[in-house]
Amino acid sequence: MKYVDEFRDGSLARGLAARIAAELRPDRRYSFMEFCGGHTHAISRYGITELLPEAVRMIHGPGCPVCVLPVGRIDQAIGLALERGAIVCSYGDTMRVPASDALSLMKAKARGADIRMVYSAADALKTARDHPDREVVFFAIGFETTTPPTALVIQQAAKEGLRNFSVLCCHVLTPSAIAHILESPEVRQYGSVPIDGFIGPAHVSIVIGSAPYEPFALAYRKPVVIAGFEPLDVMHACLMLVRQVNDARAEVENQFSRAVTRQGNLAAQRAVGEVFEPRERFEWRGLGEVPLSALRIREAYAEFDAERRFGLVYRPVPDHKQCECGAILRGVKKPVDCRLFGTVCTPENPMGSCMVSSEGACAAHYSYGRFRDHKAQAA
Amino acid sequence: MISLGADHQATVDLGGVRKTVSVELTPEVAVGDYVVVHVGHAIGLVDVDEAERTLALFAEMAQAQGLGAQ
Repeated sequence: MKYVDEFRDGSLARGLAARIAAELRPDRRYSFMEFCGGHTHAISRYGITELLPEAVRMIHGPGCPVCVLPVGRIDQAIGLALERGAIVCSYGDTMRVPASDALSLMKAKARGADIRMVYSAADALKTARDHPDREVVFFAIGFETTTPPTALVIQQAAKEGLRNFSVLCCHVLTPSAIAHILESPEVRQYGSVPIDGFIGPAHVSIVIGSAPYEPFALAYRKPVVIAGFEPLDVMHACLMLVRQVNDARAEVENQFSRAVTRQGNLAAQRAVGEVFEPRERFEWRGLGEVPLSALRIREAYAEFDAERRFGLVYRPVPDHKQCECGAILRGVKKPVDCRLFGTVCTPENPMGSCMVSSEGACAAHYSYGRFRDHKAQAA
Repeated sequence: MISLGADHQATVDLGGVRKTVSVELTPEVAVGDYVVVHVGHAIGLVDVDEAERTLALFAEMAQAQGLGAQ
């Protein structure tokens, strides 16, 4: 595909790797966090870990929408389908996330709940039109990339006067989560995760632009380089971060200049601003309650808010005791540090959320990285 | 972007596969543009000049290291 394949060229990647190696200071190490699950996936899939010099370490961040969704929210969606008889429409990657009572959306469906997988929010709206006699709820998850389409379907439902459609809004915000990682008491306590810089998300930044990261870079004195999702983009971003660290700079730079501007997609921001407002706090799996890190539906669209419509109350549920997803999402542990990894917890039968989505740190390592570990053990 | 239709619908060519997507979030899009598609929506346009500039930079770096593009 044009402007995809070119950014996967192997010899260009080796050129970038040689450039990075040449510019490293021999007396130091570099730790960078890729916030976004799309980058986590690319780093594992294309072997970027092997291409990068040993002194450069990538730490996986919490930017996998499925991974940060707390059990309590999935329980709400399952409850709407099983106890309230609603048709619940969900993106496919949410279906297998473990919830309470050994359930998941998939298992609830097997028990007879009417849960349907949709490719886009518009498909959920169509389901509501097709079933005027049923309550249809769209289980809306994701970062700033999936929020605008949700805003559009709520506006459209209002325009059409649909009476049976609502949204369980679990949309979360990237910049506040990045800041929270550095402020989290656990991360401070471990102290072993010095993050020298961040690779900023690709698609999220297309929507919000590069400007929202500027206060963060200034306040925390950490460089941020927004990068595209292809392997060469990630390598290039690493080089830009190495240069910033060497120069003691902490700026927001844009490697993904072919798609990201400073102000972002204004049409998308307008739609989001009209329909949603910030929540005071929202629970993230692994990060706990994070202030001003998520969105809820504005009063003007209250009738399309599933939480109001069904009088839902949020109940937090602790993760499985042995599951290390929380520490992995904060970057303080690696997938192999978890006792369940690869044995009890696999992509076919995930115990924790990081093993569910292909963007999750555990699933990415299981699919592409674990063979490297075996080799290391044999040697 | 191959063609624009009614109700913000448009057809894109994804490496030979045709798909209908919404362009409600990219009202400025024109036929022939490259777009980034996410959950059924074109969320942004690709700036072709910027893409070529980035690729030229990569080629330059590879050449400087004695590694040519294939």
